[in-house]
Amino acid sequence: MIKATINNIEVEVKEGTTILEAAKKAGFKIPTLCYHPDLKPKGSCGICVVEVEGFPSMKRACMTELVNGWNVHTNTAAVRAVRKELLELILANHEMDCPTCIKNNRCELQSLAATLGITTLKYKQSFEKKNLDNSSMSIVRNPNKCILCERCIQVCEEIQTVNALALSKRGSETIITDAFDEGLGNSVCVNCGQCTVFCPVGALYEKSDIDKVWEAINDPEKHVVVQEAPAIRAMLGEEFDMEPGSLVAGKMHAALRRMGFDAVFDTNFTADLTILEEGTEIVGRIKNNGKLPVITSCSPGWIKFMETFYPHLSEYVSTAKSPQQMFGALSKTYYAEIKGIPPEKIVSVSIMPCTAKKFESKRPEMKDSGFQDVDFVLTTREIARMLKEAGIDLKDMPDEPADDPMGQYTGAATIFGATGGVMEAALRSAYFLVTGKELEDVDIVAVRGMDGVKEAEIDVEGLKLKVAVAHGLGNARKILDKVTRQLEKEGRSEYHAIEIMACPGGCVGGGGQPWGSDMAMRARRGETLYKEDKSLPYRRSHENPSIKLVYEKYLEKPNSEKAHHLLHTHYYKRNKIDGKVVQE
Amino acid sequence: MTSEHPCQCAQVSEEELYPRLEEMIEQHKGKPTELIMALHKAQNLFGYLPKKAQEIISERLNVPISTVCGVISFYSFFSTVPKGRHSIKVCLGTACYVRGGQQTLEKVEKELNTKVGGTTDDRRFSVDVVRCIGACGLAPAMLVDNDVYGRVKSTKIMEILNKYE
Repeated sequence: MIKATINNIEVEVKEGTTILEAAKKAGFKIPTLCYHPDLKPKGSCGICVVEVEGFPSMKRACMTELVNGWNVHTNTAAVRAVRKELLELILANHEMDCPTCIKNNRCELQSLAATLGITTLKYKQSFEKKNLDNSSMSIVRNPNKCILCERCIQVCEEIQTVNALALSKRGSETIITDAFDEGLGNSVCVNCGQCTVFCPVGALYEKSDIDKVWEAINDPEKHVVVQEAPAIRAMLGEEFDMEPGSLVAGKMHAALRRMGFDAVFDTNFTADLTILEEGTEIVGRIKNNGKLPVITSCSPGWIKFMETFYPHLSEYVSTAKSPQQMFGALSKTYYAEIKGIPPEKIVSVSIMPCTAKKFESKRPEMKDSGFQDVDFVLTTREIARMLKEAGIDLKDMPDEPADDPMGQYTGAATIFGATGGVMEAALRSAYFLVTGKELEDVDIVAVRGMDGVKEAEIDVEGLKLKVAVAHGLGNARKILDKVTRQLEKEGRSEYHAIEIMACPGGCVGGGGQPWGSDMAMRARRGETLYKEDKSLPYRRSHENPSIKLVYEKYLEKPNSEKAHHLLHTHYYKRNKIDGKVVQE
Repeated sequence: MTSEHPCQCAQVSEEELYPRLEEMIEQHKGKPTELIMALHKAQNLFGYLPKKAQEIISERLNVPISTVCGVISFYSFFSTVPKGRHSIKVCLGTACYVRGGQQTLEKVEKELNTKVGGTTDDRRFSVDVVRCIGACGLAPAMLVDNDVYGRVKSTKIMEILNKYE
């Protein structure tokens, strides 16, 4: 144990505790800017400096471990002056149009300026205005807001191992940009949007479709349908000051109805459908000596990552479309047909915890309904802004169900939003598809939780199904490299099925989640989904009456010709330099 | 490479140099820490770092392309624009600066219609800035290739540059 004092208060902490953590224990909050609890401290901003008796220079609290006998001072006149000076210099290089900034009231720089008591600008604004990077379908980058904290680089490099962003140039000219400064849309960026979650200011955010969705809602000629991803119900409440992890499924349906959508459906319905399609595919491949392992295909960030860095595994990835895209295709075929609405009048909107879904919806092959299957994708943050604009407070909403015939869902669908959920849902139905019997205990806890890579073995009447789950693309690499080695050496892998989600925590940790989230909040949202699962009357996808109906009335059976046409897709190989499709 | 041609002035196209690049960076394959060495070799080969060379180095050394670009942009030694046949380096060290180095530079930029770090359209000259070449007594000084010019007056600049074809 380390004994020291912080502002003359004695503290005792474990070896390896930073001054920042120890100060918190002693009751002092040291201001930070570049520091983030889920990233390795880098100390690039210097805001967290403190004085330690006996040392001539100040130390950065986020990355300095406390040493036995140290007397630390976090609030001296000198410390306060240095912090202010540093922040004043940062502000001189930061475009300050706060009231119109996407991060207004959610900006860490803004609140730090308030915390440090900065009320006037000491230095004249002195930066050369640069162009916005609008090249990506998912993410906008505003270099004029960037404060060079490097969180985006860290998450892209260390957690996601995509390396789309890097520091460029040096000194006062330093910028953060992609390779060749050609824009994220012309880079290996997989659109996961983790950078937008970690950015403390308004330098990285989703490309907004808010105006287009309002326009569609206000157009009496259009029939606007909406779907919400499983994870939305576990995070939208936070945008309305509800506890992290509040379950708001019913309130969400009610709010969207009041906002003016013509039909409020639920992506959970097509999550159940995905299980039937993907589960049938898994069982088919096992029975017919097909390509194993089957790797899940719901996460569009993962799909672009696979196409770019692991194209040799593309044949192993399930051909099933993601629930969003299955929904889009059915909204303009099945739903259009039974409602007698011309599909060209239907506008299909989805609400996703995800920025990569925007890219996915615009993939040229996603037009199997004869139209663009999903017209607009809104992140959790965007729909919250729209609801607020419409004067709707989620807290005040009653609980309402989603509309038929694409609103009913099972517990298996709702856990899609958490890492391991797709695998658990698939196993619940695969068991039935193989044996014709129901899996008694549907809680497969081995694949739950925030461990980076999880494994489980399920006994399906003698057939031992070995599965793995990874979330966060750095973790995905671990399992994919292992599978690649096994396939090269032995011609087969030990796994039958693998779930991969691009974002840490799964969709509850997606790039479209509320600003200011950390890993602990992601975990809480996941737990919320497992609670909802437990509370639902049906917990196996194949039990969903609406799913039975869609096969009966429209799709015939899982993996039928019609299902293949509307609900399955194919993949490309992409260049590791610019992420563009390579023609073979 | 040029020695393979009977005449030293023969133009070797950039495309023809790529097999040579592959050979030169073979020993750095899979070694991200040797990035700068590989870039150095490539720049010596091409005279600058063409985009394709950066991509090859990224791939062979297993360094993300964003990092390769970042490193190149950090070091002023590396250039991503082709260099001219002659290099002009205007000294902006303290002594040269106070005796009019900046005016020299501005004149060069104006006369050649290019900026610092740039190359003239006819690839005759590249213009760069150096911080002290140890000729402070001759300030303001300027280098053209390996020739040092001291006490450069703006009016004399064209006279100097006309010596180089």
